[in-house]
Amino acid sequence: MAAQSPDISVQAAVLAAARPAEAPRPGATWKRLGLSFWLSAGWLALVTLSALFYPLLHFADPNLPDLANQAAGPGPDHVLGTDTLGRDMLSRLVAGARISLTVGYTSTLLGLAGGAILGLAAGYFRGRLEGFIVAAMDAVLAFPALVLVLAVTAFVGHDLRIIILVLGVLGIPAFARVTRANTLSLAQREFVLAARAMGAGDLRILGLEILPNVMPAILTFGLLVVAVAMIAEGTLAFLGLSVPPPAASWGAMVAEGRSSLDTSPHVSLIPAAVFFLTIFALNLAADRLRRLVEVRESRI
Amino acid sequence: MLQFARAKVLHLVPVLFVVTSFSFLLTSLLPGNLAQLMAGPNATPASIAAVRHELHLDEPLPVRYVEWLGSAARGDLGRSPRTNQRVTDTIKERLPVSIEVLILATLIGLLIAIPVGIASAHRAGGVLDQAASGAAFGILAIPGFVLAIVLIYIFAVEFSLFPATGYTPFLTNPFANLQSFFLPALTVGLGEAAAYMRLLRSDMIATLQEDYIAMARAKGLPTWHILVRHALKPSSFTLLTVLGINIGRLMGGALIVEIIFGLPGVGRLLIESIYARDLVVVQGVVAFVAVGFVLINFVVDMLYGVLDPRIRHGRAVA
Repeated sequence: MAAQSPDISVQAAVLAAARPAEAPRPGATWKRLGLSFWLSAGWLALVTLSALFYPLLHFADPNLPDLANQAAGPGPDHVLGTDTLGRDMLSRLVAGARISLTVGYTSTLLGLAGGAILGLAAGYFRGRLEGFIVAAMDAVLAFPALVLVLAVTAFVGHDLRIIILVLGVLGIPAFARVTRANTLSLAQREFVLAARAMGAGDLRILGLEILPNVMPAILTFGLLVVAVAMIAEGTLAFLGLSVPPPAASWGAMVAEGRSSLDTSPHVSLIPAAVFFLTIFALNLAADRLRRLVEVRESRI
Repeated sequence: MLQFARAKVLHLVPVLFVVTSFSFLLTSLLPGNLAQLMAGPNATPASIAAVRHELHLDEPLPVRYVEWLGSAARGDLGRSPRTNQRVTDTIKERLPVSIEVLILATLIGLLIAIPVGIASAHRAGGVLDQAASGAAFGILAIPGFVLAIVLIYIFAVEFSLFPATGYTPFLTNPFANLQSFFLPALTVGLGEAAAYMRLLRSDMIATLQEDYIAMARAKGLPTWHILVRHALKPSSFTLLTVLGINIGRLMGGALIVEIIFGLPGVGRLLIESIYARDLVVVQGVVAFVAVGFVLINFVVDMLYGVLDPRIRHGRAVA
């Protein structure tokens, strides 16, 4: 299934199969992104900020059971109800957002940094170095990613840092591909030739001329990777292979409500909906930004 | 064609080597005393040493690797110390379940994707196209385990149409078997349908701009004939690639789906062995899945050459 796999390049290809018929809207940049982009950005900002300022927001203790209200529906005491143990859902969701977002953002940054360096080197220096990097990336991509994540976490342990590291490394080939493809075309451009003619060295050209121009494409792609990494962590958590209980994690919350789907479906369905909305917002924001970036690139 | 095939095979060998080394190293280089882990909590030094010897952990790594690769090539992936069953036998026993999910899910995916994709491309920007694209975008944002829970809630809890878990072998009761496979296959198939639909649609819109389509229209051929007979085949390359990748991946079992719906497939075998710390089985399953994945991608590459003669003759197009 495309949606459950950390196979990033496939996911990206599917999402990038966009609407060629659609012309970009005229007007200011913020208007051209459209309402759906700003709704997505608003949701992501809400989730990120509440996760970031969680300690200041004075939520109920996410691990403290309210024994009088077990599996209660939404109400005045608990805005989104309680889970089967009577723990406050809203508070657990925000605490879980801290885990999901930390894994999503940091592993993506790792992959982005590694992939950008390899991709720039391959696309700019070409030759044997490029051949070696491309072959190595293909070999990593030839390995089924979810299986790798599962096997590593199983034997090394349920440590969030290890999950981040493995997901980050798995993101490197995808970022390297995107960066290399963009670098290849940019390296032929007049402004690079001009910089070289003025005596700029390779490092200066890569860092000051090429990198800033590749960045929009990589960052946009990065949003998709954040979504894939969050799904991967959620899947591990669902299987009980992410952070150990009682820590709240979105995937674990969905799993906890599974046995009471018939009596109190909200315990599973509310975190499921929050998870869906966040992934949807990331995919949609990436899609709109990608269209904008492509239009801008065709104008350079 | 022969030359094309030879080049592909030459490329296949190093990839297979890397992938198998990786499967081996993955379980060999990870920290932790595996012999102690596998001997269990009540192990004595003597029993740990026995396990070490049994798994050949007392030999140097390169020796172990060559031995492992040699017997793996002969179809022997070792014996599980937990169940004392041969790993290959266990995989053989579990594989039909995973393959049934794979086939049903692919069928559901293609049955939805092909007609909807063609219709969307035919009237790109129309009502159906916008609705289908929106729905596909939404489905792609649902993690597999979330979709499974939602489908269980709708079909098993609210309407009691299909069982939420359980497995009946096909030969015992084909009807009950298909019933128990419906929800798992739908979970996987919906995601596939969304992906295939988007890929087919965008390729087809491009194909429909070609001159030979205008020519066919000018000859007065009926629209369905042009769409299905002229445009479908050249528009299906991206779809085929992703289909191949998905089949390769699903050979290893749709992990999440097998766990949630209680199907005894290869994916569940992997998770069970991970929980039980059964290193030999994990290693064997990982190697099996990875090699299967690479081989199926190889077959898809070859199919490409059959479908599109330009690719066979190689570099001119690239």
